[in-house]
Amino acid sequence: MSTADANAHGAVPDEAVGLDVQDHVDVAHYETIGEPYVDNAKMSARNVNVYYADKQAIMDVSLDIGENEVLSMIGPSGCGKSTFLRSLNRMNDIIPICEVKGDIRLDGEDIYGSDQDTVLLRARVGMVFQKPNPFPKTIYENVAYGPRIHGLAHSKAEMDEIVETSLRRASLWDEVKDVLEQPGTGLSGGQQQRLCIARAIAVSPEVILMDEPCSALDPIATARIEELIDELKERFTIAIVTHSMQQAARVSQRTAYFHLGKLIEVGDTKQIFTMPRHELTENYITGRFG
Amino acid sequence: MQTSTVFLTLVALCAVSFFIGRHKSRLIGMAGGGLQTLHSLPVHYGYMAALWAGLPALLVFIVWLGVEAPVIRNLVIAELPAEVLALSLDELGLYYNQVVGVALGSVDVGVVDANQVTAAHRYNELLTASRGLKMLLVSLVAVIGGLLAVMRVKPDLRARNHVEDIFTWVLFACSSIAVFTTLGIVLSVLFEAVRFFQVIPMNDFLFGLQWSPQMAIRADQVGASGSFGFIPLLVGTLLISMVAMLIAVPIGLMSAIYLSEYASRRFRAVTKPVLEILAGVPTVVYGFFAALTVAPFIRNLGESIGLSVASESALAAGLVMGIMIIPFVMSLSDDIISAVPNTLREASLGMGATMSETIRKVLLPAALPGIVGGILLAVSRAIGETMIVVMAAGLSAKLTINPLEAVTTITVQIVTLLVGDQEFDSPKTLAAFALGLVLFFVTLLLNVIALYVVRKYREQYE
Repeated sequence: MSTADANAHGAVPDEAVGLDVQDHVDVAHYETIGEPYVDNAKMSARNVNVYYADKQAIMDVSLDIGENEVLSMIGPSGCGKSTFLRSLNRMNDIIPICEVKGDIRLDGEDIYGSDQDTVLLRARVGMVFQKPNPFPKTIYENVAYGPRIHGLAHSKAEMDEIVETSLRRASLWDEVKDVLEQPGTGLSGGQQQRLCIARAIAVSPEVILMDEPCSALDPIATARIEELIDELKERFTIAIVTHSMQQAARVSQRTAYFHLGKLIEVGDTKQIFTMPRHELTENYITGRFG
Repeated sequence: MQTSTVFLTLVALCAVSFFIGRHKSRLIGMAGGGLQTLHSLPVHYGYMAALWAGLPALLVFIVWLGVEAPVIRNLVIAELPAEVLALSLDELGLYYNQVVGVALGSVDVGVVDANQVTAAHRYNELLTASRGLKMLLVSLVAVIGGLLAVMRVKPDLRARNHVEDIFTWVLFACSSIAVFTTLGIVLSVLFEAVRFFQVIPMNDFLFGLQWSPQMAIRADQVGASGSFGFIPLLVGTLLISMVAMLIAVPIGLMSAIYLSEYASRRFRAVTKPVLEILAGVPTVVYGFFAALTVAPFIRNLGESIGLSVASESALAAGLVMGIMIIPFVMSLSDDIISAVPNTLREASLGMGATMSETIRKVLLPAALPGIVGGILLAVSRAIGETMIVVMAAGLSAKLTINPLEAVTTITVQIVTLLVGDQEFDSPKTLAAFALGLVLFFVTLLLNVIALYVVRKYREQYE
């Protein structure tokens, strides 16, 4: 994997720290229960293993994300769901000690292939983070950032158009249309997160990865984001990591349950939450741990 | 009784008060049903007793040290014969100094008169008495303070808050010392500068294009020749600082970016300390490096391509000064860029931006206030730097912006004005204070400008 943008800041996500995983030499063979594969796969992962130095965080995970579906990933802290999500647009590359093995494809194209450009990949697979992280720039500049670096607008009018459309799709336009020149950091937490979503969709990605996008928000802001996710799936393929099982049940069509780096069970969201087939899944969703 | 003995006694008394205060509070606490019945921990009662014993006594001690010498002097002089008292103030001072010399044994008894010997004995008596009294008084105040505090120890005494308050005041006192010292320096420079401007009109100084302070020794040429114009010095200073910053800012900033964003952990761990060693090299070493190595090199280089370069050029001095400042700029910028939250990096990289786009469009704007602050500190250092320019930049106050010629700076002129024996009332010497004042204002102005720039262009995160 490339170390071009690996640097001293690449911190291991909290989840991986103190994770009690087995040595990767003797990964116990296990079978994922359910239907990890779909026919209209947008992204497909096969036998993915992720290591932080000599600790293994993801063990032999195979999973498809279908076109225009919302896939939620749930599981107790430290189960590797964020790590797996970050492998899907190679954000793990910026962590020097992180190593991804296996095969991950976007539209059948190997994203870890030697001729893959992370810049283009990340433009196609966007990301929304746990904590709202708008740039310390104006609201307009936050949304225009991506289109600018990828040269998507050829005039001021086109850029205005992109900014407006993105903010509308993130259902933020009505709230900010008169304050576009104000700093994005001055918005409320929920607005900031919708701004981050607008920023991500401004480059017209095909897939959006969301890493616990509501964990820093209050219930009302959370509800708005959830509505938004529902609308966004018309255009985008979405993978969302969440700690809230209600959220997973509300927004997703398929749910994947991770446990200690293993993908235990995947299936239709309704089925997972009503008739879990694996004991661990059942224990988790009934609140016996996690 | 020596000063140090008094001081050690005071420390001992504080320690005793601490232990008594702590012990008493423990006894009271245990008697009242356990230590939790006390408002504060026993150690806080101890601290309170120690502070009550120490602080007033320390104050008495310091005041005594201040008034001791003048009081003794007045007492000794009062007993001198009338004909001595009739001497002029200066002569009396000299006479008294001999008395003190005899008393301390540094002046031979043979060279002074009998009155002085008597006075010297009196001086010694008074000094001994004063020291004894000082010891007594300080100990007394300490014991009383400690006792008062210990007597007040009760379960509901808020010793913890009390100690906290006292510490707040101690911290306040320390920070005001820094402020008052600065104020004192500025005022003393200001008053001397005013004396200078009484002789040389301010206009001649601020706008004059000719600097040759040596001529001013002859009274008939003071002011009239306009030889105290400081513009050439200012231009020289700015020229050399500019050359230095042109070297230091790009190299320092870029190495900071490399170290904080691209370099591997191990490379960073080795390189940063090594570059910081550069900052530890004494400036005098840089000075002769500039004068003996860099300046001749630049002159030869210039000659080989047909340029005439002075043997002590502004370029050489500025170049070496820039190298000296690189670690300064680098270290400060590196800390500031590293402090930009990682979430911003991830946000930008997650949009598909490359590392360099992230640095240019996100990290540098977010780090700008700190970087400008660091650069400003570096400029202040460049303007105030003396040793390198004394050796490498020369003394001729030439008004030029050609870095290949020799120029001089404000600091160099302050040095040359004050080196050697000087009369402290000639304009030549006083000019140093005027220059110092100007230097102060130039730096102040730079600070104000930088503050304005930072406030206008900053992108504030969190």
